[in-house]
Amino acid sequence: MRTASRPDSLRLVRAMVKEAAETVGCGDECVNQLVMAVDEACQNIIRHAYGGDPNGEIIVDIRHQNDSLAIHLLDYAAPVDVRKIKPRQLDDVKPGGLGTHFIQECVDECAFLEPPDGAGNCLRLVKKIT
Amino acid sequence: MGYEIREEDSSTIIVLSGEVDLESSPQVRSVLLEHVGKKRAVLVDMSAISYIDSSGIASLVEAYQSARRGGTMFALVAVSDAARRVLELARLDQVFSIHESVTEALADGG
Repeated sequence: MRTASRPDSLRLVRAMVKEAAETVGCGDECVNQLVMAVDEACQNIIRHAYGGDPNGEIIVDIRHQNDSLAIHLLDYAAPVDVRKIKPRQLDDVKPGGLGTHFIQECVDECAFLEPPDGAGNCLRLVKKIT
Repeated sequence: MGYEIREEDSSTIIVLSGEVDLESSPQVRSVLLEHVGKKRAVLVDMSAISYIDSSGIASLVEAYQSARRGGTMFALVAVSDAARRVLELARLDQVFSIHESVTEALADGG
């Protein structure tokens, strides 16, 4: 799926991820967690990688691999500094900063890969089908 | 996302419904802060929320903190399972005042 880096694209992304997860046999909790992880990761691309520019592109690639779903999110923004991406302390109650925490809690693997030539960032999420 | 606003005695009840996401959370934030700023108790009915993301949660946290600074009541009521899961994931179920119903929230004073 190719979509624009706009907030109103996220509903379609969530619907596609939900459909894929249900199709391969994920239970309700697994579906909900995968949908949230991908949604939050796309939000990070929209808000941070593209800096709110609605003209960017996000590619969502979903693959069924044995007992897991692997999702690759590709963008064409400037490469992000992975060292700066970290979840905030939950005890520090303040608006924002929860997206990375949600992603890490909702999937089994989360890692940036070397993007293909011409791309900016490639995030790989893996969720075991349960 | 949809919302309705009801006034009951000295309280404002904001009923949120549907998906609160990056697209709709700016509107949720605006509505919540507007009513918190009126110095009335604000109860957010979350029974019809089918999805809420980190940006929606951030709007709730900002309104909660604004209410605290203003010394007014801010509580969540009838939280749907979908929203409760996210609040628990953020451990905010231990921060917000959460009630089963508007009646219970008002009786407890938030």
